[in-house]
Amino acid sequence: MADTGITALRSSPLAHLADRMRAAAVTGARGVTLRELPFLHMVNVRVDPSSAAAGRIETALGAPLPRRCGDTTASGPRTVLWLGPDEWLVLSRSDEAAASREALGQDPGSVVDVSANRTTLELSGPSARQVLEKGCPLDLHPRSFGPGRAVSTTVGPVAVLLWQTDDAPTYRLLPRSSFADYLGRWIVDAMSEFGGPEVL
Amino acid sequence: MLLITCPWCGPRDETEYHYGGQAHVPHPEAPSDLTDEQWAAYVFFRDNPKGPFAERWMHATGCRRWFNVLRDTATHEVLTTYRLDEPRPGGTR
Repeated sequence: MADTGITALRSSPLAHLADRMRAAAVTGARGVTLRELPFLHMVNVRVDPSSAAAGRIETALGAPLPRRCGDTTASGPRTVLWLGPDEWLVLSRSDEAAASREALGQDPGSVVDVSANRTTLELSGPSARQVLEKGCPLDLHPRSFGPGRAVSTTVGPVAVLLWQTDDAPTYRLLPRSSFADYLGRWIVDAMSEFGGPEVL
Repeated sequence: MLLITCPWCGPRDETEYHYGGQAHVPHPEAPSDLTDEQWAAYVFFRDNPKGPFAERWMHATGCRRWFNVLRDTATHEVLTTYRLDEPRPGGTR
């Protein structure tokens, strides 16, 4: 995709670490890779889930608003993540805030484009769970966490939205942009031991 | 480390939460009518029981909602957690 106009000028929060993240990749049975998925569109939706406006927003999104912590719903390239009992984050590849804002109308609630608030790190590979377990207080074992689950928690000292997308396992971590540099370096450091033989 | 069950997110480590002091402290009906002593009592004076204590906590790195926790101050045991719109289990204090 050729960027034109103002988007050609933007730089992502982790652009300066791209080479280091690529160099940190580990292949093989203990493999793990890290990369940034920059410039995903994110829309924060707040609305009473029992209201008529919530129903209209669900129609506009093409997916129900998940009602429980950890649940996500998807519709095409769009995913809705649960943030709170009346708060969601809609992730997508294109700018879709207008449709939800129109669906909300004048009713109580808010639809705000927060794309610049966070960036997205993708951590993938057989060792990805072990890398995260060095600093995440959640139980990430498949019996309690799996694909399609997304929760707000911490990795190291950084608050992130942690979303597992497949069984590889692949995780997406969404830290605030200003914490992304620290988190990126933290993960690169946590990945380094998997490049060598396992020490028992 | 306490394991606190957020009413919305389930059990999480204490490090995910922020402490908010004693719960169920009613704001005065008419603050401008209070004497300085009464205002000081509202702002600064809190119970300090040995045993069950209702306190406010906020799930800072999770859903960012405030809720109440009934905690035993002598044993640190978290007896129960409940939402702000629910009454304190086992009577008021």
